[in-house]
Amino acid sequence: MSSLTLSQRTVDNIQLFLKVTILITIAGAAISSRLFSVIRFESIIHEFDPWFNFRATKYLVSHSFYDFLNWFDDRTWYPLGRVTGGTLYPGLMVTSGAIWHALRKIGLPVDIRNICVMLAPAFSGVTAYFTYLFTSEIKDSSAGLLAGAFMGIAPGYISRSVAGSYDNEAIAITLLMASFYFWIKASKEGSVFYASWAALFYFYMVSAWGGYVFITNLVPLHVFVLILMGRYSNRLYAAYSTWYAIGTVASMQIPFVGFLPIRSNDHMAALGVFGLIQIVAFGDYIRSKVPSKKFKSVLIVAIFLIIAVGILGLFGLTYAGLIAPWTGRFYSLWDTSYAKIHIPIIASVSEHQPTAWPAFFFDTQFLIWLFPAGVYLLFQDLSNEGVFVIVYSVLCSYFAGVMVRLMLTLTPIICVAAAIAVSKLFDVYMDFSELLQSKVEVEGIKESTGAKAKKTKVTGLSIVAKLTVIVSFAFYLFLFVYHCTWVTSNAYSSPSVVLASRNPDGSQNLIDDYREAYYWLRMNTAEDAKVMAWWDYGYQIGGMADRTTLVDNNTWNNTHIATVGKAMASSEEVSYEILKEHDVDYILVIFGGLLGFSGDDLNKFLWMIRIAEGIWPDEVKERDFFTSDGQYRVDDLATDTMKNSLLYKMSFHRFTELFGHRNAVDRVRNQRITQEPDLNIVEEVYTSENWLVRIYKVKDLDNAGRDLLSASKFEKETKAGIKKRIQKRPDLDLRE
Amino acid sequence: MAVVNKTQSKPVIPPTAAVTGSSSSSTNALSDFSTSLQSTIDSYFKTLTPRLKLIDIFLAFLVVVALIQFVFVILVGNFPFNAFLGGFISTVGQFVLTVSLRLQTHSVKKEEREFEITPERALGDYVFASLILHFIIYHFIN
Repeated sequence: MSSLTLSQRTVDNIQLFLKVTILITIAGAAISSRLFSVIRFESIIHEFDPWFNFRATKYLVSHSFYDFLNWFDDRTWYPLGRVTGGTLYPGLMVTSGAIWHALRKIGLPVDIRNICVMLAPAFSGVTAYFTYLFTSEIKDSSAGLLAGAFMGIAPGYISRSVAGSYDNEAIAITLLMASFYFWIKASKEGSVFYASWAALFYFYMVSAWGGYVFITNLVPLHVFVLILMGRYSNRLYAAYSTWYAIGTVASMQIPFVGFLPIRSNDHMAALGVFGLIQIVAFGDYIRSKVPSKKFKSVLIVAIFLIIAVGILGLFGLTYAGLIAPWTGRFYSLWDTSYAKIHIPIIASVSEHQPTAWPAFFFDTQFLIWLFPAGVYLLFQDLSNEGVFVIVYSVLCSYFAGVMVRLMLTLTPIICVAAAIAVSKLFDVYMDFSELLQSKVEVEGIKESTGAKAKKTKVTGLSIVAKLTVIVSFAFYLFLFVYHCTWVTSNAYSSPSVVLASRNPDGSQNLIDDYREAYYWLRMNTAEDAKVMAWWDYGYQIGGMADRTTLVDNNTWNNTHIATVGKAMASSEEVSYEILKEHDVDYILVIFGGLLGFSGDDLNKFLWMIRIAEGIWPDEVKERDFFTSDGQYRVDDLATDTMKNSLLYKMSFHRFTELFGHRNAVDRVRNQRITQEPDLNIVEEVYTSENWLVRIYKVKDLDNAGRDLLSASKFEKETKAGIKKRIQKRPDLDLRE
Repeated sequence: MAVVNKTQSKPVIPPTAAVTGSSSSSTNALSDFSTSLQSTIDSYFKTLTPRLKLIDIFLAFLVVVALIQFVFVILVGNFPFNAFLGGFISTVGQFVLTVSLRLQTHSVKKEEREFEITPERALGDYVFASLILHFIIYHFIN
């Protein structure tokens, strides 16, 4: 007995020790599961956007901070250029730059690339910690530990934070959880101190990711719902007012955000709630002085007046042009077909597509069915913090259904809610104190009456029931870990710059065509050569080949992208003029027909056509690219417009030759190519090993002043020997 | 509280009346509004302590400064917009911080305290938040 009675202090110490150990283990698991990509491939920057961030980071560490903020990049968006310093979120680059400098200060000169690659895994450990703190505030620390563990390994979050995925989201989710934790803490205690911290983390978030608007709207929404529920308190006032006042002025320090917080509609909800809470606070003050019955009518009248004035003012200001209307991405959140009709460039991005149902299960496994249970449990004892989680989950469930990429913001709350459900379950079913107590009683009293025997029987049954539940959930947890590891290693660890495939004997075969081609560009072209490619590859060309691009993944100028689309979709004569107007030296196309790589330019062709059609509806028509029975074909049945388009010609140039002029099969579209397209205005200069990347050089204007079509026709005929040029060779013999 | 009880001499409107006539309810609400405002002002002056007086004078000063800036912008134009925003937001921010401080340090009854922090802690928080606010403002106005 004496061994069981530990002093409260010892118990606390043991708990603290266990918590620290568990948290460190969670961080370790979170980091190590993200290293699959480095082990499988190498320490390399992934995908598309990270290449830009990487390039910007390199610029930051090689120039001064002010140079970085004033950076005008003349190597993208030729000939327009991009005010890069004013149109990016500098948080990510500044973070890794600061780490780089700090490590150098303590004598650890680490390559900036390695810092960029490892940044996301490192921050995922911090995210797990903040998720723990956040959930601890909502329920207790055991739920917090579960939530931290879930967050550390949930594939929904890993998908954007594996090693090498150097994107804004890598640190943004950490900051999201940190801001929310401090906000919950502030609103719970009414502490100006924590609210200031929430505002500071909000500022960091604003500097890091455009998704900060989510916090800007969620926190006011939480406050608004609480006010509507009649839960206004002075603590809420202190927390929200402080957060808003400091957070807003801080967010305006980011050049890209600028005056948006007072101009754009996205931010008006926060401002409105700020005004509302002032009035409510004043009303609350009055209410403390007058009887409540009389006050009720005053309150109702006042609230309706204020809401009416607020909405009218908002509309009035929007029409007067003082407040910028909502952006296209915002509309596409509410009306899923909006983008498809009005802004093809937004609809064309794959991560803006609606989420498929299996994706939810794939990304969160058993958490997805515990998620509603957790929300239900929060409804049962509706605390102010619970309201926050409920509001968050409702809002984000919708958003995640609309856009794949917003799955990322849903994942934290799924982890939190599921952890609450599981920990509640464990609270109930892991409670063996009754058993221990009854044993003690039996030992102590030694009275074996019939009633006592019955009681032990009941506890025996309940132990079985409890064990069943615990074991089954332990099994689920095990499955979850297994699933997460499997998904991470198989689905989310591919750099997509390097493709992996299997040889017939099962060994791994790496397809490194992208880097091969970019390296060729870097080594074999003039330093100021302009490369035209579809915008997907803009950042990679800038980052890996270091050549000037026309369009890139920033997609700020729709017309410019449409120009590239038009050049790709038009016939050679039309394209040549566009190419010359934009000083294009090289064209880069992705062709997967030989390899069976489905994400190639011909499959993206329809989007190029649609985007170009949005600007030049008379010159580019989507219908002309489909056969009369509405099929997208590239073989003999393809329409003339298709066959004459520059992209088609560049994709299939010399393709039949590879197969000995017969049975050339495009493996992506499973169609047979028989004709060799006739290519005149460009010449092939490079094709990678698996034909994935093909680079063409735009021919110069003909020396003899002919147009290129007739010039190349002439040359071909010469080659074929139809027109033998009679050359008068100079006499080369030695003169005597 | 005695003052408050005396003013409640008017009969309470039955809920049906409030539902049937919106105009009558609004006029009633307005008269309620003025009486409650009066009683509020009365009780305000009754509970005023020197420390609260200081805070309230500061609040009034901030409102005046904000109004002056606003009128100035309307009259003269908002050319250095940063400067105006910085000035205006600093007054607004300081205002809400001070109101929070007032709420935190002062509550009518000790047992009804909403905040679990001591007035000293509240003052520390206040200084901390104000420093952050003004540092950012200083950066903002260039």
